[in-house]
Amino acid sequence: MKRRDLLRALAIAPWLALVPAGARAKAGVGSTIAAAYGTLPPPQAIRRVFAAGAPASVLLSVLAPEKLIGWPFKVSEEARAWLAPVVRALPQVGRLAGRGSTASNEALLQMKPDVILDVGTVDATYLSAMQRVAEQTGLPCLLVQGRMADHPAQLREVGRLLGVAARGERLAAWAEETLALAERARNEVPPGARPRVYYGRGGDGLETGLDGSINMEAIEIAGGRNVAAESGRGGLTKVSPEQILAWDPEVIVTQDREFARGVLADPLWRPVAAVRARRVHLAPSLPFGWLDGPPGVNRLVGVRWLIERLHPGRAGGEAALQTAARDFYRLFYGMEPDGAGLSAMIGGPA
Amino acid sequence: MNDAPDLSRGPSTHGAGVAAAVNAGAPCRPAAAWLAGAAALLAVLAVAFATGKFPVAPADLLRALVARLSGSESGLPEAVETVIWNIRLPRVAAGVVVGAVLAAAGAAYQGMFRNPLVSPDILGVSAGAGLGATLGIYLGLPLIFVQVVAFGGGIIAVAIVYRLASLVRRHDPVLVLVLAGVALGALLGAGISLVKILSDPYTQLPTITFWLLGGLNQVISRDLATTAPAMLAGLLPMALLRWRINLLGLADEEAAALGVDVGRLRLVLVTAATLSTAAAVSLAGIVGWVGLVVPHVARLLVGPDFTRLLPASLMLGAGFLVATDTLARTIAPIELPLGILTAVVGAPFFLWLLARTGRPA
Repeated sequence: MKRRDLLRALAIAPWLALVPAGARAKAGVGSTIAAAYGTLPPPQAIRRVFAAGAPASVLLSVLAPEKLIGWPFKVSEEARAWLAPVVRALPQVGRLAGRGSTASNEALLQMKPDVILDVGTVDATYLSAMQRVAEQTGLPCLLVQGRMADHPAQLREVGRLLGVAARGERLAAWAEETLALAERARNEVPPGARPRVYYGRGGDGLETGLDGSINMEAIEIAGGRNVAAESGRGGLTKVSPEQILAWDPEVIVTQDREFARGVLADPLWRPVAAVRARRVHLAPSLPFGWLDGPPGVNRLVGVRWLIERLHPGRAGGEAALQTAARDFYRLFYGMEPDGAGLSAMIGGPA
Repeated sequence: MNDAPDLSRGPSTHGAGVAAAVNAGAPCRPAAAWLAGAAALLAVLAVAFATGKFPVAPADLLRALVARLSGSESGLPEAVETVIWNIRLPRVAAGVVVGAVLAAAGAAYQGMFRNPLVSPDILGVSAGAGLGATLGIYLGLPLIFVQVVAFGGGIIAVAIVYRLASLVRRHDPVLVLVLAGVALGALLGAGISLVKILSDPYTQLPTITFWLLGGLNQVISRDLATTAPAMLAGLLPMALLRWRINLLGLADEEAAALGVDVGRLRLVLVTAATLSTAAAVSLAGIVGWVGLVVPHVARLLVGPDFTRLLPASLMLGAGFLVATDTLARTIAPIELPLGILTAVVGAPFFLWLLARTGRPA
């Protein structure tokens, strides 16, 4: 008996060590700030911010581009051309993701950030991993919730914490307006009448997201019905062409050029309603995906695009979509998109 | 489909002396058992054809079949025709060939390396193909090139292993070959992990993960047309050399004394198994367990004589993979990765068979 108690105590001990520190994490009601470890410096003292993951780096690059130290992931040359000069040349510095980290704590200290920012779906594993980073490096860590509905509050709150409250407010207003447009579309189109959408990922288009997957958020918000939701809740999954024929989606959206190019001519996909009606839409993916990849504020412009593609006319038509996209690039990415390039990227309705 | 050799022939044809020596005490099966096996395989294929996410009534299936055979119009909706001929047919056919090839390569390797724990990827073919595919996805290559790079990666990995092993002369060549394969496999596995951590976690990583887990859900007839010739070409030497492979189970000197050029035979077999396995992996991703365990099941049923082990492995491998793939696409609302299911289904079945056949009669 004694030995078993000792073993149990030994097993629990490491977890107990987490508790007092965990109590420091604060989460206000209705706030997108999931946790903060360590003491955040006052806004004017925050000059360099390390983005722990891709969504955080996108948030930083739109809110306070001059404070972003580097990109946590590989940003292609093609994508860099669509970014403001101040972030275009930033190096890839690695990410923090528990064991999946590619930036070491030592490298982190060498970069001398004033704060570490992470954005995403926050769970206990993630919280404890970031807490450990904060303890080891002594750097304050800020964790922010990253669902799409959180974007306006996220832009506002992080903007305030970084000392760019006015800019955060402007971006949040754009986000709110877009989400309101989406809500109107949802209110006007009853659930049963919403188009059934298949989101094809990967070169063969056979990867998709189940109900509740963060990759599918934009589709649900823009008033589409994810056909894969019939298969239950979860993340990404692989499906067979047979399954897609059984679902028979009315609209197919994708971010993969190879898939979009091939699907209309592929005899395998010919019986699908979306292909027969030629409602297959390629979402732009520069500098970041309009639908997902990463699941950050970059998707806001995609919501407008989706509303127009799923419910033609409800986002004001093609011309209004072009204008909205130009505004988004100007406002968020701080770059003036060349009109021809932008319209080529957005493409027509079919 | 596999035209397995020796299906109708009895156990005692040519090479009978050696075969009987290798094979002392193995159960002697009459032709009826082979026919029963073939019938079971056909039943599995029929079930595979009749099930799936897209509801196709058995009557419609029959109508489509009759129409196709008689060359007339079936009058069925295009979606049903597409499901039957463009989706299920390539998928079931791929299951047959991939399962047969992996099991046959496993049987050949287990005999050649005199080791029951050997699977067709022991010389690094899966790891090489995996690294090739992973790199292809990371670099954003079109799917067809991902397949080509995977195939090439598998071949190159084994070529390197074989070359390395031939440089070492002081040890048992079989042992050196296996050890070199294990070492290079580990190195390539590390390479795969490196590419995974460098890839975009939101777009490329899921694709890489799904590829590495294996699956037949994406197979279209074009893929099959490009890979099946390589798979079948690899089977040919195994079928032709089937009784000589028995001799590799002996020590090298003894086999040489019986007039076998052991080194050359081994090279031919490694080349054949690698060609077919690399093609199978480039088509289906990494599907483990089939090449390791199906040969054992076959051996429990027909004994170790390769002239009978090969056709038994071909049939069992084909049946097992088609059956597993049918489960993969039906038991859950989502499609389950084949590589996971082969282990989940195969391991308990194997243990059950082991316990059952181990019992004294």
